[in-house]
Amino acid sequence: MTGRTWLRHLAFLLPAAVAVLALTYLLPPFRTYQLATVGAYLCVTAGLTVLTGLNGQLSLGHGALMATGAYTLALTQNALAGRGQWTLLVSTAAAVVVTTAVGAVIGCAAARLRGPYLAGLTLAVAVVVPSVTSTFESVFNSDQGLSVALDPPPLALGATFPYERWQAWLSWAGALLTLFLLANLVRGRFGRNLRAVRDDEAAARLAGISVARTQVSAFVVSAACAGLGGALFAVLAQSVSPGAFPLTLSLFLLMAVVIGGLGSLTGAVCGAVLLVALPAATHSLTDAVHVSPAVAQRLEGNLPLAVFGVVLIVVMLALPGGLASLGRTLRRERPDP
Amino acid sequence: MTPSMRRGLAVLAALALTAGCSGDGQGSGGGGTPGVTDTEILVGTHMPLTGPAAAGYSKIAPATRAYFDYVNANGGVHGRKITYKIMDDTYNPATTQQVVRELVLQDKVFAILNGLGTPTHSGVLDFLKTNRVPDLFVASGSRSWDQPDKYPGTFGFNPDYTVEGKILATHVKAAHADHKACFLGQDDDFGRDSLAGIEQILGPVAAKQSYVTSNPNVGPQMGALKQSGCQVVMLATVPGFTALAIGTAAKIGWRPQFVVSNVGADPATLTRSLGASAPLLEGLVATNYLPLATDDANPWIQLYRKVNSAHNGNAQLDNNVVYGMSVGYLFVQSLQAAGPDLTREKLIAAVEKGGFTGPGLAPLRFSPDDHSGYGGERLTRITGGKAVYFGTAYQTDEGDGPVQAYQAAPVAPPPNGIPAAS
Repeated sequence: MTGRTWLRHLAFLLPAAVAVLALTYLLPPFRTYQLATVGAYLCVTAGLTVLTGLNGQLSLGHGALMATGAYTLALTQNALAGRGQWTLLVSTAAAVVVTTAVGAVIGCAAARLRGPYLAGLTLAVAVVVPSVTSTFESVFNSDQGLSVALDPPPLALGATFPYERWQAWLSWAGALLTLFLLANLVRGRFGRNLRAVRDDEAAARLAGISVARTQVSAFVVSAACAGLGGALFAVLAQSVSPGAFPLTLSLFLLMAVVIGGLGSLTGAVCGAVLLVALPAATHSLTDAVHVSPAVAQRLEGNLPLAVFGVVLIVVMLALPGGLASLGRTLRRERPDP
Repeated sequence: MTPSMRRGLAVLAALALTAGCSGDGQGSGGGGTPGVTDTEILVGTHMPLTGPAAAGYSKIAPATRAYFDYVNANGGVHGRKITYKIMDDTYNPATTQQVVRELVLQDKVFAILNGLGTPTHSGVLDFLKTNRVPDLFVASGSRSWDQPDKYPGTFGFNPDYTVEGKILATHVKAAHADHKACFLGQDDDFGRDSLAGIEQILGPVAAKQSYVTSNPNVGPQMGALKQSGCQVVMLATVPGFTALAIGTAAKIGWRPQFVVSNVGADPATLTRSLGASAPLLEGLVATNYLPLATDDANPWIQLYRKVNSAHNGNAQLDNNVVYGMSVGYLFVQSLQAAGPDLTREKLIAAVEKGGFTGPGLAPLRFSPDDHSGYGGERLTRITGGKAVYFGTAYQTDEGDGPVQAYQAAPVAPPPNGIPAAS
């Protein structure tokens, strides 16, 4: 990796940070909160798209990795409650470290498995979350979950600083840092190894790449991102509970990176936006269209799923490379000047 | 990489901006109080309309709304009509977080009324406090609602589960002195608070089990209780799980005496859930503190029946409907007491002033240092498919105070069914 790549990514990072900053001042509070949620999702989708898109490992268990990060943050944060703002940094770091460790364990098992068996293993991890929280009820408080002790925004920002803006800053700091690190990582030797292993394991091995080590490291990197995303979710919701990390979350994450464009960080951004925008849009749609309460109730939970499915089908038909390939497709069709 | 990512960011910004534009325009009215205009008061709630706890509970908020529609049709409160926005949280604490934020930040509701559930509502207390939103008459008996110092805007409605546990246990102690009493409870503050009350009167129970709402199978728990030789099973369960517990027990050939928390004991809901096995409910003991839906002679039930047929699509009048309308009545009482110049502070001060009388059989105890709801209950038994009151009403506290009879005569509703301005 050359110094120029770093600089180029940094040159992208700064305007992005400024744009997010501007948005947090322009948007009303609830939209700011949604923007913060996009940031938290982005950490996870970015990590997942590297794992699935660049390394070819399918994970249906990223929801569980997020839960690991979220619960670690909650427990650390509650243990350190009341000692100042810096505790958030410590507990976020703890969340990333613990999730990385869990990811390494799952990754070691995952590196021995292929295709449906890998999906099965990670699926089991996703399903086990509620049982773990009710088995170790004294620590995780079962379905009710834990509340997270958080300090209000630093006083230096002013006494009436909106809490949602602070949350958006925190979550986008995490998201942009993740994007920056991942962009550098996949541009370099690590990224080439990932792609080589994905495309042909035998050829990669002949080229001197350790397939197992590459696969485990891909899982570990992806788990660290999921841990950070989960920790940010706990900060946003000010609570953690198993209901926040159901199996459908893991499936939605995967769907989002596929719709966005597998293996592309731009795709991860699109996916994260969709994860927040689609359910909200379908919700306001059912609100706007006056249907009988019984029908509205039935639509409530199912319509976002249906819309997601339709979007997935349409995108796969029209743009097999995902939304991120939209620009490339357009450019190709435009005659050269 | 750079141009394509920049484009992605532009897309993100554009999306967020369009979303932002559509979100404006439904903000607060004049006077600076969110959710209050000269003609309208916007109030929100979170309820399980679908999911594991929806059985029965999904009827509460529509009933409250029906009572508000009745009040609106008669001129509203101080000239304002009440709009009640109901959000489905599926009894999932994570969803509650989301929908309550939407109500407060986007819809800018004046207050949250009767948000349902111990695990769900516990998670939004801090959020409501930071945003200074009145959080009235929570539909749960957790003791968490009664923390005036920590959560000055939160008030309960139900008798708390410890009070209820003490009253149920007093009955068990008197009627089943030589029987082995056991406990099945929800794995959260609901179950824990209830068990605390029960054990205060009975001492340690012979066996205890818990369940989580995300796993609709209580086979292992009921099997273990049967093995322990329990003769009385005390349930701190939501209606769906009361029905599951009773049905599962019958399936393994076991018929103990069930003694059930008020929130899980509505006969109409249980009858619907059990279907052909409804006769299993015969003899079930529970508690209540509002008029029973089947008591046609009660003037409150007559009022509610009238409102129900005019504004609630004539839904089956069960105890959930009675509950929902009683919540609506108490909220209108609070609004009347807060006066024509409505603010959040005035509403909270009016509730803290207390002195409300209504359909309840037990006293409402609101004061500046007591934010808990009803302070007692009366026992019911299902006889011939219908719950009937027996014995006297009791009142007690959540501490180690005695369980005493409460003798005050019930109050009749005002002639037009709407509380007068005080």
